[in-house]
Amino acid sequence: MNVTTHPSEGIGASVRRREDLRFLSGRGQYTDDLNRPGQLHAWILRSPYAHARIDGIDTAAAAAMPGVQAVYTAADIEAAGLGGIPCGWQVTGKGGQVMAEPMHPVLASGKVRHVGDPVAVVVAETRNQARDAAEAIAVSYTPLPALSTMAAALAPGAPLLHDDAPGNVCFDWEIGDAAATDAAFATAHKVVRFETTNNRLVPNAMEPRAAIGDYDPHSGEHTLYTTSQNPHVIRLLMGAFVLKVPEHRLRVVAPDVGGGFGSKIYHYAEEAIVTWSAAQLKRPVKWTCERSEAFLSDAHGRDHVTTAELALDREGKFLGLRVSTLANMGAYLSTFAPAVPTYLSATLLAGVYTTPAIHGQVKAVFTSTVPVDAYRGAGRPETTYLLERLVDVAAREMGMDRIEIRRKNFIRPDQFPYQTPVALQYDSGDYEATLREALRGADYAGFEARRAEAKARGRLRGIGVSTYLEACGIAPSKLVGQLGARAGLYEVANIRVHPTGSVSVFTGTHSHGQGHETTFAQLVSEQLGVPLSQVEIVHGDTGKIPFGMGTYGSRSLAVGGSAMVKAMDKIIAKGRKIAAHLLEASVEDIEFSNGQFRVAGTDRAKAFAEISMAAYVPHNYPIEEIEPGLEETAFYDPKNFTYPGGCHICEVEIDPETGEVAVVAFTACDDVGRVINPMIVEGQIQGGLAQGIGQALIENTVYDAEGQLLSASFNDYAMPRATQIPSFGVSTSTTLCTHNPLGVKGCGEVGAIGSPPAVINAVVDALRDYGVTHVEMPATPLKIWSIIHAKDGAALPAAAE
Amino acid sequence: MPQVTLTVNGKSHTVEVEARTLLVEVLREKLRLTGTHVGCDTSQCGACVVQMGEDSVKSCTILAVQADGAQVTTIEGLAAADGTLHPMQEAFREYHALQCGFCTPGMVMSAIDLVKKHPQGLSEQEIREGLEGNICRCTGYHNIVKAIAAAADVMQGRTPELARAG
Repeated sequence: MNVTTHPSEGIGASVRRREDLRFLSGRGQYTDDLNRPGQLHAWILRSPYAHARIDGIDTAAAAAMPGVQAVYTAADIEAAGLGGIPCGWQVTGKGGQVMAEPMHPVLASGKVRHVGDPVAVVVAETRNQARDAAEAIAVSYTPLPALSTMAAALAPGAPLLHDDAPGNVCFDWEIGDAAATDAAFATAHKVVRFETTNNRLVPNAMEPRAAIGDYDPHSGEHTLYTTSQNPHVIRLLMGAFVLKVPEHRLRVVAPDVGGGFGSKIYHYAEEAIVTWSAAQLKRPVKWTCERSEAFLSDAHGRDHVTTAELALDREGKFLGLRVSTLANMGAYLSTFAPAVPTYLSATLLAGVYTTPAIHGQVKAVFTSTVPVDAYRGAGRPETTYLLERLVDVAAREMGMDRIEIRRKNFIRPDQFPYQTPVALQYDSGDYEATLREALRGADYAGFEARRAEAKARGRLRGIGVSTYLEACGIAPSKLVGQLGARAGLYEVANIRVHPTGSVSVFTGTHSHGQGHETTFAQLVSEQLGVPLSQVEIVHGDTGKIPFGMGTYGSRSLAVGGSAMVKAMDKIIAKGRKIAAHLLEASVEDIEFSNGQFRVAGTDRAKAFAEISMAAYVPHNYPIEEIEPGLEETAFYDPKNFTYPGGCHICEVEIDPETGEVAVVAFTACDDVGRVINPMIVEGQIQGGLAQGIGQALIENTVYDAEGQLLSASFNDYAMPRATQIPSFGVSTSTTLCTHNPLGVKGCGEVGAIGSPPAVINAVVDALRDYGVTHVEMPATPLKIWSIIHAKDGAALPAAAE
Repeated sequence: MPQVTLTVNGKSHTVEVEARTLLVEVLREKLRLTGTHVGCDTSQCGACVVQMGEDSVKSCTILAVQADGAQVTTIEGLAAADGTLHPMQEAFREYHALQCGFCTPGMVMSAIDLVKKHPQGLSEQEIREGLEGNICRCTGYHNIVKAIAAAADVMQGRTPELARAG
């Protein structure tokens, strides 16, 4: 396909978003904004214990409360024959040992395994009635020892969270060549060791999850409105595995969705609860999550504890890398959880470097905490953080410059395609180009003068660099099938050209902030040569869209956009046949460009809308050869992951009196492949950077020894505010993806992937005079103050962190 | 049940409420003005900000009975009758200051109040501090700050219209 650029509204133009008008005027339709006639309200009673036996549940008083229509417990769910919440990925560990996959019941059965585990559901006429009645349910618990941390879960003699997960281990997995890595270490001039914990985060999309179940007793059709990034995936998981309802009787609608960041990929119990109870009660049932409840029930992210060793030669070339990670799965396996620390993380251990021998191990552990799954970046931020901190530590121990050691080990542009020792083959990239541009944008050369100026003001200034890549555009179905995925990861586009030449595009991806309605319309407008205003993008409804795998892993344009290109290629091919007939020319002589089907070398042409009209009014039409109509569907299965990358540079100032770290400058140059809408791409990167800065400096999910979540509200969990985030210097530098028709790579996660190590590298740099070699995330004021004042010999403040 | 009369976007409404009913619940559930959102339960996120009388308020923190007799403006009441957007709405669109749109109504309502209360204009730092009560998870605030600065210029007559953003 030829990609051209259009100055005002096509590829490369910062078209203002068409979705904005409804959002800015209060006319968005988020799930909780929807109300069905006769709607009831569900309230979910959740476990107050991290780990306890359920000895009995008395629902009689609740059932008698005003407005209550039903109270359900596990007994009702089991009597109805519902299945458990399924996991979408099966990891096979060392020695062919398949992961432990304990039952994840819709409502806790026999035991509760984390604070927030759903125990009972009340359905009532109003939300307040349901909530009041839930307080009247009497649950008898026998508390069991909490397994709040992976260390507690792995301790000898620890009680089992699940009877069928011995040692509380889900899997013990490895990748790479252990013997080759050992051999590389045997020749090393120096071995650098680094240990770190990648802090657990709560995604906290601003829209809390919500779900409405509806049921038509006449047709037998169930409808679920839900806050999902992938309605077809929910239909598949919930329909086939939990409710056992076939696809044609189950419609899943994900309307406007207020952010996801991964947390709205997964099939959650509440979706099954409202869909099932609506059918029981023959009335719609709505559930809307409260924020404090979201902290206890939305899948969390990160939470890896890792030890790494890097072997270097005398010149600072990386010879080998050994990595061992403990990955917290939480209490149950969420949809993609097993893939995150393994195939989305350890496969990135080469980073942007030519390290020839790598061995990675991951032990996944069940704990009595909220399930952990993909959160913006999903495995790639963890590995990027590990590598980019490790490289800084190595530079220091080798007495080398932090930039020089990176350059010495970069994969060069002439080495692509580059096969890493950990399964992936990178197709393109230019890490020197993004580094160079970021160094220039950040005025890296002028930093020491700024450090000196800050010092004169009593501030500690530091600078940190991260050079990274990631793998996204997920993913080739055959490959991920071999790795344990239980679904394909292609994408689907249906393009319906209407008689007058306007176009409806039905995509299996889903937009929850990414601006697909604009970007995809630009793509289709340009390729078909129709005005932007004549193109609509439809997503989020299994009743309208043939199929799809949804939006995550920065896949929407790389995979979903490629499916659109394939479908448009079919439209154009059919249009050429129609044009050949109308123009009395041979098909081979018909060219299509700028919305015109033209006989090559002549001025004889038919406009796109003339062809579409002929297709629907086929009076003069090659009806013996081709069908009427102009509508095509394409499934696109990617050939490889895509590999965005780049360089992030962070500059911080620390106030030694308070320990507060201020990000005073942040420069990013990212290679996300071809850019369709630069405004939207920059916005995606800025948002990702803010989440990365949040992880590095303030966000943390804290459980106490009893398994109580201490950071369970916006009062306690530090969300980044406008004062904590700087203005950004964001730019892109492009190498094209070589294996998809658009050359696009993906921009949704790079900001969150590349930035945390840049921040911490800057913090450590700022504290270099204090002998600090590492600061764990988040680098809170207390942590920094303690470092500075421990050096002074002062007592630590009494306040707990 | 208590009865409350309030004027919302210029229209008077009388509704019956429970004593515990919040203003945001009246707006969303009784009046079906669902542009005002609920993003938290601790009065932190600001997705529910509306104008009440002379001040912007978090409508999750006001009991409906406290709003008896009040003049309330929500995001639905900002644009002119002919659909012309308020300069703050226009600036948010022009500067790509929204992504998922969920925090946007509260952000816009807070921003308008912030600008009105700083008739001499606002520095970037003042804008950032003024957004302390509004959380956005999508944008990283960068474009929100730019949009508010641009809208402030328009609202305060420093530029005739929005300069086309870069």
